[in-house]
Amino acid sequence: MKTNDLILQTVTKVCAFVIILFSISIFLGGHYSPGGGFVGGLMTSCAIVLLLLAYDLKTVAALLPIDYKIMIACGLLISASTVAGSWLFHAPLMTHAYSYFNLPILGKTSLHTAVLFDLGVYLVVIGVTMTIIQTIGESE
Amino acid sequence: MSLLHLAILSPFLLAIAVPILYKHIRSVHTGWFVLGLPVILFTYFFRFLSATQNGETVAESFAWIPSLNVSFDVYVDGLGLLFALLITGIGSLVVLYSIFYLQKEKERLGSFYTFLLLFMGAMLGVVLSDNLIVLYTFWEFTSLSSFLLIGYWHHRERSRYGAQKSMLITVLGGLAMLGGFVLLYIMGGTFSIRELIGQADSLFEHPLFTPALLLVLLGAFTKSAQFPFHIWLPDAMEAPTPVSAYLHSATMVKAGIYLVARMSPIFAESGVWLWLIASFGIATLFWGSFSAVKQTDLKGILAFSTVSQLGLIMSLLGVGAAALHYESIGENVYMVATVAAVFHLINHATFKGTLFMVVGIIDHETGTRDIRKLGGLMAFMPITFTIAVIGAFSMAGLPPFNGFLSKEMFFTGMVNVLNMDIFNLDAWGILFPVLAWIGSIFTFVYSMIVVFKVFGGKHQPDKLERTPHEAPLGMLISPVILASLVIIFGIFPNLLSGTLIEPAVASIIPSLLDGEFHVHIGFWHGFTPELFMTIGVIAIGILLYLTVPRWKKVYYALPEAWSLNRLYDKTIELAERASIWVTRLFMTGFIRSYLVYIFLFFIISLGFTLYWQDAFKLDTDNTAPIRMYELILAIIIAIGSVAILFVKSRLTSIILLGAVGYTVSLFYVLFRAPDLALTQLIIETISVALFLLCFYHLPKINLKEERMTFKLNNALISLGVGVIIALIALSAHSNKLFDSIASFYLENSYKEAGGKNVVNVILVDFRGLDTMFEITVLGIAAIGIYSLIKLRMTRGREADENK
Amino acid sequence: MEILMAIVIGILFTTATYLMLSKSILRIIVGTGLLSHGAHLLILTMGGLKRGAVPLLGEHAEAYVDPLPQALILTAIVISFGVTSLFLVLAYRTYQELGTDNMDHLRGNEANE
Repeated sequence: MKTNDLILQTVTKVCAFVIILFSISIFLGGHYSPGGGFVGGLMTSCAIVLLLLAYDLKTVAALLPIDYKIMIACGLLISASTVAGSWLFHAPLMTHAYSYFNLPILGKTSLHTAVLFDLGVYLVVIGVTMTIIQTIGESE
Repeated sequence: MSLLHLAILSPFLLAIAVPILYKHIRSVHTGWFVLGLPVILFTYFFRFLSATQNGETVAESFAWIPSLNVSFDVYVDGLGLLFALLITGIGSLVVLYSIFYLQKEKERLGSFYTFLLLFMGAMLGVVLSDNLIVLYTFWEFTSLSSFLLIGYWHHRERSRYGAQKSMLITVLGGLAMLGGFVLLYIMGGTFSIRELIGQADSLFEHPLFTPALLLVLLGAFTKSAQFPFHIWLPDAMEAPTPVSAYLHSATMVKAGIYLVARMSPIFAESGVWLWLIASFGIATLFWGSFSAVKQTDLKGILAFSTVSQLGLIMSLLGVGAAALHYESIGENVYMVATVAAVFHLINHATFKGTLFMVVGIIDHETGTRDIRKLGGLMAFMPITFTIAVIGAFSMAGLPPFNGFLSKEMFFTGMVNVLNMDIFNLDAWGILFPVLAWIGSIFTFVYSMIVVFKVFGGKHQPDKLERTPHEAPLGMLISPVILASLVIIFGIFPNLLSGTLIEPAVASIIPSLLDGEFHVHIGFWHGFTPELFMTIGVIAIGILLYLTVPRWKKVYYALPEAWSLNRLYDKTIELAERASIWVTRLFMTGFIRSYLVYIFLFFIISLGFTLYWQDAFKLDTDNTAPIRMYELILAIIIAIGSVAILFVKSRLTSIILLGAVGYTVSLFYVLFRAPDLALTQLIIETISVALFLLCFYHLPKINLKEERMTFKLNNALISLGVGVIIALIALSAHSNKLFDSIASFYLENSYKEAGGKNVVNVILVDFRGLDTMFEITVLGIAAIGIYSLIKLRMTRGREADENK
Repeated sequence: MEILMAIVIGILFTTATYLMLSKSILRIIVGTGLLSHGAHLLILTMGGLKRGAVPLLGEHAEAYVDPLPQALILTAIVISFGVTSLFLVLAYRTYQELGTDNMDHLRGNEANE
């Protein structure tokens, strides 16, 4: 049976974009407001799942040609190197550094190495969720 | 970590390298790489001789587990050095011999030399450790590595049997010994042997003294194959002959002797010690030599002969302990027993090593070790014959070989028992010289069998697989060296007396050291009882040897069912069956049974703790108020989760699970946890999607299959779990034993970490390592899922290709 | 509120245990899902409920609720998602390969082979 999912597809086009943007905002703001790597990552993968529902595996794979397993590895690498990076500065493991900068447009902003760690978490969460869903989806 | 530590650990280090060498350099026999190490170690230990000769000891310390009083202390004294030299010296010769014995094309040399090096290192550790726990560790390592060596030809059933047997018996003894060590620690408060020796007098008074003594002796007896634990040694002969020459002539079986000698200063005051060691030793001597005559396998003869010789040394050590009770006697005649023990230890290593190697040569060149098939080899292998004569005559106690000297001293030691008047020895002491003498006669008989049944008599070419010829030169080097040592020590025994024997005896009986004590070993003592005993041994021995076929019936008097081996086999069989039975009792293979065990244990342990500690408390103060909508949410969760139990449709149960999950996320909102609420919402969405993806492939839920009693049991168990958890939740709320640590996070998260969302700061900063590992786990789960699905596909494709 | 939550948690654990003891794999997986909900709520309840504001320091409140249980639960939620999905795939692969989801038939015992 061929279903007419034009409405779904059109809405998805807009929504997925909005969700991804929102998830990135939530991810970056994690240190100050609810959010962070876990939630951000899950929300991004939710958007991709939505795309999967509206289109199909092949279309999404063409749209986002990402190997999610490599994404997991990258995320782990980023997190682990952030953890280990403090060795370079003769500090104990997991020591983070932060400071405040006056950036153009954004004004006073704090930049934080914890975000790098969270970026790793973010990537791993997307990678894991999408690997799971994609593999199960492909197996049918 | 000193050079001495390194010397002990070096065999282990080389053992790591050996498999790599074996893998990459196949053209050279792996033994050549190994040979260097024992030679270097031998020369290294040789340098300690001058120190121990002057009564000095060398000690090195290295902290291992300081919190448990366990430190890797090593020290070299006369006794330890004697053994270290034996281990490395005989070790070098054995490695050299094995290079020619084991063909590099056929054998797994990598494993062989790895095992051998492990064993060598473990033995060195045993004889040089000062700490009892370290000693025990190495001791068990010798059991393990000898298990591997005995079972080296693991495709043979007898090898596996022998390996298992030796392992079970020696490890059993080892465990007992560990118990003894722990008792010693309880008594003395230290694991150090030297410190324990220092407080030997106070230990003697302690009520735990005798139990500790018995346990330690059990370890020594099993290791040194004393009657009735000797049964593993003959079966261990399935090992390759170089291994037998090493383990069962010079090293492993002597570990028990070492332990007895090492512990003598602590225990020797006791009459139990003296009696047990002396009587078990003499019984072993008698039984071993008596059984050896019956054997038809050459290695079997040597195995029982080793058993009997170990008994001999053991009995000497036991009788030697009597010297402590006669300090007043100026020239302490009882010392001779201990001296003889040490001397015979060296001699036994030389002549038994020689004989094992000879047997290896015979096996190698003729293809059999059965004395019924062998004969007349004298003409084919003259050099081997000469070596065998030297070894066997020394074993029989004939002059001018070293065995004669120590056998004489052995008789002296045993005859001296007649003069003792302690511990009832005046009543029963007569048994010692008599049994010693009878044992020696049988020793003489089997020594003659080894030589003349094999090399004399008629050659039977039809029974042999190969035409015998002289062994290759390389194989003869080691036995020739050992045989020449037999002669050298026989003619110049005093080469040893000052250098090795005196320091070793000094370690065994330290209290007698102060006086001027010198060992002098001479050939001629005049017409003493010992001389007449030796003459008697030779005369009756020859007579018995000539008439063996006539009296061999004696051996069949005892029915087979009564033998110790039979007892061992039955015990093992029974133990195996009992363990299978017990395991089957609870390991049903149903996952449900295991879950039931877990849940029941959970209910009982937690419930009991709640009751026992009187921990349950219900405190209605200080609770948050309940609002209407919260009550509704709680009811939704309750209804949803209970409803899952009764629905039959898969889809409904998945939706219900989702409903529960979403409600839980609403609770998170109410409980001021926005991060949780967000995460839970999204996770729930993805989970439901996932369930729906999978559920096509899952079968329908079939509730009818479950019977009523089954359901009732489950309901009871789950109700128990639920109630216990609810009680714990209530008590946890009502009991506040200490303040929350939350204030730390709340205060520091902005100051130290520069973040305002405390939950996130905890996740990425304070407890970042947790998060790190968590994402690792997630990654593993993803890879697991990926491989679960993908790996099958490749396998399926391969299967198709095979069609 | 805490007492109400204790009862809810008790119910969740009871149903979860019951489901885990049943014979069908799908029910066992649903059981583990319920069990993790119960465990999360238990951790949260143990820390005390509604004792202050959301643990965002920007709120400038007098008191905040305990952030530590929340951090622990956040970790646990994500992990339990991973575990549940692994279980699901395991179940569905088992069913595909062996043709049954009845735990009695999946019994691993050498006596049956």
